[in-house]
Amino acid sequence: MSKEKKGIKLEHISKIYRDPKTKQDFYAVHDANLTIEPGSFVTLLGPSGCGKTTTLRMIAGFESPDEGEIYLGGEAINALTPNKRDTAMVFQSYALLPHYNIFDNVAYGLKLRKLGKEEIKEKVTAILKLVGLEGMEARMTNQLSGGQQQRVALARALVLEPGVLLFDEPLSNLDAKLRVSMRTEIRRIQQEAGITAVYVTHDQSEAMAISDRIIIMEKGVVSQTGSPQEIYYHPTNEFVADFIGEANFLRGKAVSVSGGKAELEIEGSRIEVSQEGITEGRDCTLVLRPEAALIADKGQLPCKVILSCFMGSYQNYHVMVGDTLVKITDFNPKNKKIYNVGDTAFVAFDVENTHIL
Amino acid sequence: MKGKNGQGAELDRRKFWADPVMVTTIVVLIAFLTLFILYPLAILLVDSFITDEGITLDVFKRVLAMTNFRRAITNTLKVGFLVGIASALIGLLFAYVEVYVKLQTKMMGGLFRVVSMLPVVSPPFVLSLSMIMLFGKAGIVTRYILHIYDNSVYGFWGIAIVQTLTFFPVCYMMLRGLLKNIDPSLEEAARDMGASRLRVFLTVTLPLILPGLGNAFLVTFIESIADFANPMIIGGSFDTLATTIYLQITGAYDKEGASAMAVALLFITLVMFIVQKYYLEAKSTATLSGKASRARMLITDKSVTRPLSFLCSLLAIFVILMYICVPFGALFKTWGYDFHLTTKWFVQVFKRYKGFKAFKDSFVLSLIASPITALLSMIISYLVVKKTFKAKGFIEAVSMLAMAVPGTVLGIGYIRGFSAGVFRTGFLQGLYGTGAILVIVFIVRSLPTGTRSGISALRQIDKSIEESAYDMGAGSFHVFMTVTLPLIKDSFLSGLVTAFVRSITAISAIILLVTPQFLLITVQINEFAEKGAYGIACAFATILIVITYGSVLLMDLIIKRFGTSKAIQEQ
Repeated sequence: MSKEKKGIKLEHISKIYRDPKTKQDFYAVHDANLTIEPGSFVTLLGPSGCGKTTTLRMIAGFESPDEGEIYLGGEAINALTPNKRDTAMVFQSYALLPHYNIFDNVAYGLKLRKLGKEEIKEKVTAILKLVGLEGMEARMTNQLSGGQQQRVALARALVLEPGVLLFDEPLSNLDAKLRVSMRTEIRRIQQEAGITAVYVTHDQSEAMAISDRIIIMEKGVVSQTGSPQEIYYHPTNEFVADFIGEANFLRGKAVSVSGGKAELEIEGSRIEVSQEGITEGRDCTLVLRPEAALIADKGQLPCKVILSCFMGSYQNYHVMVGDTLVKITDFNPKNKKIYNVGDTAFVAFDVENTHIL
Repeated sequence: MKGKNGQGAELDRRKFWADPVMVTTIVVLIAFLTLFILYPLAILLVDSFITDEGITLDVFKRVLAMTNFRRAITNTLKVGFLVGIASALIGLLFAYVEVYVKLQTKMMGGLFRVVSMLPVVSPPFVLSLSMIMLFGKAGIVTRYILHIYDNSVYGFWGIAIVQTLTFFPVCYMMLRGLLKNIDPSLEEAARDMGASRLRVFLTVTLPLILPGLGNAFLVTFIESIADFANPMIIGGSFDTLATTIYLQITGAYDKEGASAMAVALLFITLVMFIVQKYYLEAKSTATLSGKASRARMLITDKSVTRPLSFLCSLLAIFVILMYICVPFGALFKTWGYDFHLTTKWFVQVFKRYKGFKAFKDSFVLSLIASPITALLSMIISYLVVKKTFKAKGFIEAVSMLAMAVPGTVLGIGYIRGFSAGVFRTGFLQGLYGTGAILVIVFIVRSLPTGTRSGISALRQIDKSIEESAYDMGAGSFHVFMTVTLPLIKDSFLSGLVTAFVRSITAISAIILLVTPQFLLITVQINEFAEKGAYGIACAFATILIVITYGSVLLMDLIIKRFGTSKAIQEQ
């Protein structure tokens, strides 16, 4: 559907803001280098204040980068105003024009492009069908539910066939169930339209479900870039490991290294892991996902149960391994042995399911 | 920390210049504000400080040596102080009764509405006229009811009473907004701990609205010392600064002296304005930012409601009576002596005193000024709220500054600034004495009110709505016309009518600038009232009230019919 899928390239992009209270300048975004392939769905993910929305608004043209250059389809666009950029944005608050009906909202950008009446009608009808709003052309925006407004916002952006579609936390105003169905919908429409999309969110499960690639940002800096699986299974730092899903960090030391194997000493126990690039004597952190561990009578690390809580689909344990708190989620606990607070047991896991930092 | 070579700022600059319509608008706006607000004030400073001998204080020394000027300063401050306090207190009474007290009858609500409406529609000197007709030498109350034959309403008390009655509704509306924002649970908590109602009022309610009360006082104070029309008509020999300045230039032809006096008046209002705007206004809303969490339990205790409602009704009825007095003044054969109804004054207005021309001139000039004012104030609010550029602070400050400039000061500034062209070079000299300069004065006088309402309307609109239009490819101008303006349509329409009403009832600056080729209603009323021809003055004033009230009604109708619907505003 799109005229031309465009890629985006950010080269050494920085944005400086001034803190209104302390009057101190700080980097809202610092030296971001990103390449977004044409046709891919890329998510900027991070906690609030990490610079993800600022990055998106720089791509849209609402903010000007203080350093670096942004390329859209190979063209440097730093000096272009938002109305001259081949991007279309879906806003967090939808930002529908409240004095227009659905048809006029969607047709707004087309009219500016001086298309003929018939052509506009055709395009609007087609796009409203794609987002599942056919026949609602004459409704006013306040007669729509939140999800429907969201679809209009999406249709309004899509109909312009932009080189890149930008999403600024588009689902944050919807309730949890609708959020899940809308994100699937957005992904379907993006793939059907074959359009490049950059999506901002702070919701990690949303990011995982929807993206080809995730860019994790922290305090204005790009922390890690990769596919959802790469980011989940191979986080490059504790921030990423902790932000994506839950993670236990077990600190230890590599005591012996041979071949692709290494032996770590953690809280007095020895654990053999197979990971390249570990040198002897180095401090290591073992990242253990709560669902990758079990509690059992035998295992790698002795522990003491301090919390045991039935959650329905899983039993939630907090155990102490030495001085380290480890969280374990034991799924489908119906026919399993339940450990109670005060019991001593072992944390058991397959080292293949862990990751060493 | 600037980034590489200030790249961000440079890019913002390039994006800014890429929008020629906006750049042109801003340039034109700056030129307009400079030429018609800053320049006339600057020329007053030049006039009063620079003589042939260079920069001196000679003019000020000369003016200060005049006893009438010194007396005028004390007179003005005395009146301003009293009127400020009285208006704030009466305003508080009305606001408190409306927000806290369960009113016994529907009629009370109606009275309150009328009172809050009056200052919008009434020409400035109507109350002075009726004051004289009710309580003067030939006043109905004084002469026929109380049989006092030598009562004088002219002077200090006349001005103070009339101004208080004119300005207290403004305080009432300001304070009503503040009281409504007080969370009832604060007061309930105090009651619950055993405080009496009076104690709650004194220890909870009053401290919360104290900055607001101060704000109301200062706003009235400024209005009072800037007021020209009332002291002119009811002042008698009691001169205030505004009238003294007027007499200095129209009577004594002392232009430098008048300039220096105008600078003095401007200085007082400016200081007050700055205190009010930057200190009290922020403070009065800061303490009461929250919304009331739920409805207030209204006071039903008869020992409280009865005296308070009685007092309010009495005042409201008194004010309304004074307004009603004006049309009757135009219908009685000879006020105070012969109470037969007649249409002779209306006939005279049109037959002998070119009434039709007066209404046409006033009407046409105001009609030209009001759409320009409304559009200009919406553009200024749009730029101030939604855009960032270097000259923004200048535009905002100057258009707000116009609020602090008394009409008389502006009038003198225009005389000095334009009668011989800009900086006495002859440039734009053709403007002086034309209808155009009157229209410009109308615009400048109404701009601050319109801008203020535009700014508060625009602040309610989510920034991303305009951004989305911009993002879809619309330029600034297109966004303004298709998104911004439709969304603040109500504010625009009411700005239109407010500008019209303010213009058609304006007098202070206009009276100094009008030339015989234009007959303006307000100037006519002033002239006839001064001559003691109250019948004619009342006839003019009656028709003026009808026009202004009619336009306000029309506006309400139009807003109801075409205005933004409630549902859209709530989004």
